[in-house]
Amino acid sequence: MKKVPIKPQDLDAQKRIVDFSEVVSRYTEKEALEEAARCIQCKNPVCIIGCPVGIDIKKFIAQIKDKDYKGAYLTIREKNDFPSMCGRVCPAEYQCRKKCVFTKKDLPFASENAINIHFLERFAGDYGMENNVNIPTQKNEKLSKFKVAVVGSGPAGLCCAGELARLGVKVVIFESLHKTGGVLAYGIPPFRLPGDVLNAEIDCLAKLGVEINTNVIIGKSKSLDELFSEGYSCVFLGLGAGTPSFLKLEGESLCNVYSANEFLTRVNLMKAYEFPRFHTPINIGKSIVVVGGGNTAMDAARVALRLQKINNIPPNVSVFYRRTEKEMPARRLEIEHAKEEGIKFRFLTQPVGFTGKEGCVEKIKCLQCKLGEPDASGRRRPIPIEGSEFESDCDIAVIAVGLGANRVLTSVTPNLKVDKWGDVTVDSETMETSIKNVYAGGDIVGGEGTVIEAMGMAKKAAAAIIKRLLS
Amino acid sequence: MEILEKSVLMDTGGTRVTKIVVRVPLVAPKAEPGQFVVVMVEESGERIPLTVVDTDKQKGTITLIFQELGFTTKLLGKLNTGDDIYAIAGPLGHAMEIKKYGKVILVGGGVGIAEIYPVARALKNVGNHVTTILGARAKNLLILEQELKSVSDELHVATDDGSYGKKGFTTDILKELLTNDSKPSAYSLIYAVGPIPMMAKVSLTSKPYGVKTLVSLNALMVDGTGMCGCCRVTVNKKVQFSCIDGPEFDGNLVNWEELQNRSKIYCKKEDHICRLEKT
Repeated sequence: MKKVPIKPQDLDAQKRIVDFSEVVSRYTEKEALEEAARCIQCKNPVCIIGCPVGIDIKKFIAQIKDKDYKGAYLTIREKNDFPSMCGRVCPAEYQCRKKCVFTKKDLPFASENAINIHFLERFAGDYGMENNVNIPTQKNEKLSKFKVAVVGSGPAGLCCAGELARLGVKVVIFESLHKTGGVLAYGIPPFRLPGDVLNAEIDCLAKLGVEINTNVIIGKSKSLDELFSEGYSCVFLGLGAGTPSFLKLEGESLCNVYSANEFLTRVNLMKAYEFPRFHTPINIGKSIVVVGGGNTAMDAARVALRLQKINNIPPNVSVFYRRTEKEMPARRLEIEHAKEEGIKFRFLTQPVGFTGKEGCVEKIKCLQCKLGEPDASGRRRPIPIEGSEFESDCDIAVIAVGLGANRVLTSVTPNLKVDKWGDVTVDSETMETSIKNVYAGGDIVGGEGTVIEAMGMAKKAAAAIIKRLLS
Repeated sequence: MEILEKSVLMDTGGTRVTKIVVRVPLVAPKAEPGQFVVVMVEESGERIPLTVVDTDKQKGTITLIFQELGFTTKLLGKLNTGDDIYAIAGPLGHAMEIKKYGKVILVGGGVGIAEIYPVARALKNVGNHVTTILGARAKNLLILEQELKSVSDELHVATDDGSYGKKGFTTDILKELLTNDSKPSAYSLIYAVGPIPMMAKVSLTSKPYGVKTLVSLNALMVDGTGMCGCCRVTVNKKVQFSCIDGPEFDGNLVNWEELQNRSKIYCKKEDHICRLEKT
């Protein structure tokens, strides 16, 4: 057995920052076989416990090892309709790979030696997608007379739709934007998740008979009550965490201070990087500061760097984070990629305000921090050091410090119970909300989570919906 | 979303205001005065908010009126009857609260006149005494005067150059009305839509008289559903999103300077794309 983990080829850092091409290459067949051979096929495969949707990881890796790629694809699809997507965006080092027996105990994330389950998943997913492997459906006659509405076409909505359609339920998705995919389309940049991969997996749903209606804002264009009167038996809400949080600091509404959501939406969904061919503009500066330490911050920083490169501005993007690298919630791979590409990091740095000239941001004011005792999140709390204030050039700032609940629907649906954060309250067993036959999942329930966690909730809801329809 | 009717309301000296009636069956039955839609002219287009000026709930159509000012509104102006608009979503924002206020003043400047029309009509319909003040740079730039007249008890016009109505600004007329009025004022509401400086000045003018002044802001937007924060505006020292918290706010609480700055964020980009279009 080969001990050294196989890394897929990445595009050269200097070459890849000139456009939005995908950074991580897919495993070649040889690489996939070598990596699959590293798996020791544990008797008790704990990696599966780490997967929010319970993919039979042991089995699909064995199938890859046996060159049964179609089988591997079908094994994954039993639990997950979006292997090409998840293989690219799952933070595997906090999930399946963290549980892998090759991960040393008590680490906050997977050891490098842990099997690269996500890369293998992507290999199988792309194989299935490119070879048009058909998914066996288990249509249940009793279910075909029911219609279910899915609100939102992000990870939770897509997943719930797939689960239901596969069993023969007529599913209609309502999306408020003009494109399908939710955060997968507006939030995740194409160099991590290319548009054609997203579209191909969404097309798979269409093949299952799912109907997708864009430009429909449930709560505005149609109410929940109207959906029921149109004959939908159940409704699934995958509304997402759609409201950007700001730091609430002085100067934060100066021009060129963006929320990460706006910055990424302009680029990813509206294609501002192809301005003026695409008409949505974005401003780009000489000294860009991204505030935050999560995946969104990494995405924003790497997008910003590419925009500088495309506009012939010397790359100068810094990430300001108030803790240290170890506490960053971002995927390790993204941090690594960001560093390779030349993103600068300023740790233990907490912004306290922005100053500007003629209405536009010019400087960011910060305090230096030190780490104190762990807080509720288990991470050590940053403590600002008195008198450590400093200024830094900043003509574009991107605030990536989290998201709150999307309130468009909940604010007009008073009997839909929400918690103090505005997230929808559900029965944790069934994901049913305070309104009968209305279910919810994804970020609108748990707050900001990962794609696969959203899918985990959606599957639970889909199972409960099926049970309800059959009862 | 098909354009069923198109007409040019005004076209003079490089200023053109166009009216279109579009089939949007999902929006038409829902849209109330004060609400807007997000429009994408074509697939490569940007998302812009436009106020719903009128609806035909039976036919499933909405009326939009826009000045062909920026790249996207010019592009929209190039479409004709029978053409399809790539995307329209809505209705968005809060509707104006239509009830009996008593005596109300509506102030419309430029293309903002189109935006006060549905509100004026609705307020009139529930029995308010409606005084309307319209403003334009010159007589030939004034739109919808007859329409507004038909839903107003009193109508005043101000033109910058004095070519029609009173020479001066809408705020000159507003000040006169408020000064000549009893104390405390008999007016219970002022509603203003127009260029940012006009709305700021209306708010400033009405403040000493203590009349509640609502303005409908036209901040830049992307999604229009509260997701991006592009349209944020500081109201009473708190950050609000025009799209979901507005578009109406108390004019005396809005940070106008910030709004004015933010409305110009992309001026250079706009010049660039418009120049390209000409060559």
